[in-house]
Amino acid sequence: MAKTPPVSASVLRVALVGNPNTGKTTLFNRLTGARQKIGNYPGVTVEKKSGAWECGGRRVELVDLPGAYSLAASSPDERVAFDFLTGHLAGEPAPDAVICVVDASNLVRNLFLASQVADLGLPLVVVLNMSDAAEKSGIRVDAHLLSRRLGVPVIRTVATKGEGIDALEKAVNRAVDERVCMAQVPWPEAVNRAVAYVRDGLEKEGVRRLADGELRRVLFDRQSAVLDRAGVPAGFESAPLLSASRDILTAAGFQSLSAEALLRYEHIGHLTAGAIDFPEKRRRSWTERIDTVLTHRVWGLVIFVAMMFVVFQSIYSWAGPFMGWIEEAVAFVQGQVAPFLAPWPVLQSLVVDGVIGGVGGVVVFLPQILVLFFFISLLEDTGYMARGAFLMDKVFGWCGLNGKSFVPMLSSYACAIPGILATRTIEDPRARLTTILVSPLMSCSARLPVYVLMIGAFIEPSYGSAAAGFSLFAMHFVGLVVAVPVAWALNRFLLGTRPQPFLLEMPPYRVPRLRDILWRMWERAREFLLRAGTIIVAMAIIIWALVYFPRPESVREKVEAAAAFETPDVLEKRVAAAYIEQSYLARAGRFVQPVFAPSGFDWKITVGVLASFPAREVIIATLGTIYGIGSEVDEESGDLRKILAADRWGEGPRAGQHVFSVPVALAIMVFFALCLQCGATVAVMAKESNWGWAVFAFLYMTFLAWGGAVLTYQVGARFLGS
Amino acid sequence: MNGATCSLSALRIGERGRVLPGSPEHPAFQRLLAMGLLPGTSVQVVQVAPLGDPVEIEFNGMRLGLRKADAASVEVERAD
Repeated sequence: MAKTPPVSASVLRVALVGNPNTGKTTLFNRLTGARQKIGNYPGVTVEKKSGAWECGGRRVELVDLPGAYSLAASSPDERVAFDFLTGHLAGEPAPDAVICVVDASNLVRNLFLASQVADLGLPLVVVLNMSDAAEKSGIRVDAHLLSRRLGVPVIRTVATKGEGIDALEKAVNRAVDERVCMAQVPWPEAVNRAVAYVRDGLEKEGVRRLADGELRRVLFDRQSAVLDRAGVPAGFESAPLLSASRDILTAAGFQSLSAEALLRYEHIGHLTAGAIDFPEKRRRSWTERIDTVLTHRVWGLVIFVAMMFVVFQSIYSWAGPFMGWIEEAVAFVQGQVAPFLAPWPVLQSLVVDGVIGGVGGVVVFLPQILVLFFFISLLEDTGYMARGAFLMDKVFGWCGLNGKSFVPMLSSYACAIPGILATRTIEDPRARLTTILVSPLMSCSARLPVYVLMIGAFIEPSYGSAAAGFSLFAMHFVGLVVAVPVAWALNRFLLGTRPQPFLLEMPPYRVPRLRDILWRMWERAREFLLRAGTIIVAMAIIIWALVYFPRPESVREKVEAAAAFETPDVLEKRVAAAYIEQSYLARAGRFVQPVFAPSGFDWKITVGVLASFPAREVIIATLGTIYGIGSEVDEESGDLRKILAADRWGEGPRAGQHVFSVPVALAIMVFFALCLQCGATVAVMAKESNWGWAVFAFLYMTFLAWGGAVLTYQVGARFLGS
Repeated sequence: MNGATCSLSALRIGERGRVLPGSPEHPAFQRLLAMGLLPGTSVQVVQVAPLGDPVEIEFNGMRLGLRKADAASVEVERAD
């Protein structure tokens, strides 16, 4: 939920409603100047967003409601829209006016929602958006005639170009001042009688008086949310009342569940007759031509898999040079800063190793995040996301997810947080909960650093760059492969499956706008950097402190006494190593290490794992601190990969062997792939389901991660050698 | 006009049908009604997903993917 500033009496509240894919979000951005996610996938707007709009000299708080086809409230999105419009959301009074955005190419269907909004008695302005695209395909709408028939202003806009905004401002002001409402459906007498029957029945029970528009929702919808909101007394059985009122409709020759659609569409048909001109002969559209290939049973699938492969290969190869430059820049800054702080060794270590090293180790992965978001935005804005959902539905469907789980799950590849928020477009509550619970298994961008480090240090040198690219690709599938049986088991044993309808609109293909894509890349980059600048750096400093302290002189004296003949250089490193090995973090790592021994982790890796539970990116900063601390800052010390490759077991049965080997690197990657090491995600899961499920997800994923790492290491060590 | 009656899920790629009143109890049919798939509407199956399900239908100039189980809730009269 977006935070809404307190509304003073002088600020108007205007809601923006519309079907998915009508360009509603683009219009919202135009009006408020605040940008947000724009996509072609039905229902990409899952959060309530509001912005300040200077509307013809008046201050307006504009609220962008989730895209919906109907106010029947059968999905969480539609429910939010309905509750907002009727003033049932806590702290959200009903709006002063509503702007209903309609797609000129799909006018009749879009006016269905407008008619339902009008039924609630709210002042309305209809925005005829994307009329340029409609005209190109030969559909002409007479806005003047339509406006006269509907009884409300109909404003032609092209939101992407900012056309029609002035007229819209005037229309909204007029609608508010004159309370302009749309022509009501002339309900047949039987409907009015049934509504009166429901009203009387509820009044007898002492339920607060409901408006006729709300009562019609109670009458027409299979399970209306209105009764829950109206405060029906406990123990009141609404079923007999509803079935008796529906009998009134049946007696008059209506099917109660199809009556609304038939009556509304008949009314809309009268209103639009003569106001829309369809082309005499329909041409085969580009969308149809493209779809014959992209949703083809064979080619569609081949192209889908190829596209996903290109996306991940690009992340690996395009970002490489930029990462190199960032690494060099960080090492350069460390080298410049270190001499100034030399008189204060503790401070020097804190700033150079803790702060600069910690920030640098995270910022270095920015290029990859930018590349990934470039592709995700591209897929959404072109309309391909919906096709992906169509192709993938059967794959996901059998385990209790559905094709709509594809978008949250693909978004989770960047970050599980937007992915989990995107699950609100899934109508089926069980499919939605299942998607929420498995989304964090998708390989988010914060795992990328771990993969890149491990692959770059251990896979690439041994097996070449093709294998490196392939293993990165494969790592992104580990979570997905595990998610499918997990989802199946959740549905089978915990939730019990109950199929819900799955409807997926395939929007026309559109040419994406570079500006929108770049904006979203920048938004993500900023978010990532802010995180790096706050939580991750804070973690880096804490980890630094846990590694740096305690620091008794006796440790140094002991090392110096034992190795007095060494050069000062070597001596310093021995001292540093001795300090680390008795640090607080090392003690904790040694204590827990036996748990991770079957997966080949030594105490340092264990420490990294422990430190990464609040945010998994921290592993890099942690390893950097553990290995970098006490060493001289030069260009080599920035290269964590070389240091890791050189590290050997100091004690135990494997003393002298390399700590890191290919199986260990694989086990680490699998652990990070499957573990829910992200405090922010746990919090979002709790918000979208409840704390019970969030804790459950954390526990099951931690267990899976441990099991996966052990299995990987044991199998890997057998075939590749430890 | 006197085409055989079948469910929407029984149509093959490229085949058309005209929607019959049917029984609107099915939640999928309810949502389709709200989207304008009213009795009398002409609907065409334009594509079938790789694993045979879902199907992509077109009506009133819009394209929609839906599962066969949901498509089965819509009764149509086959048309050429």
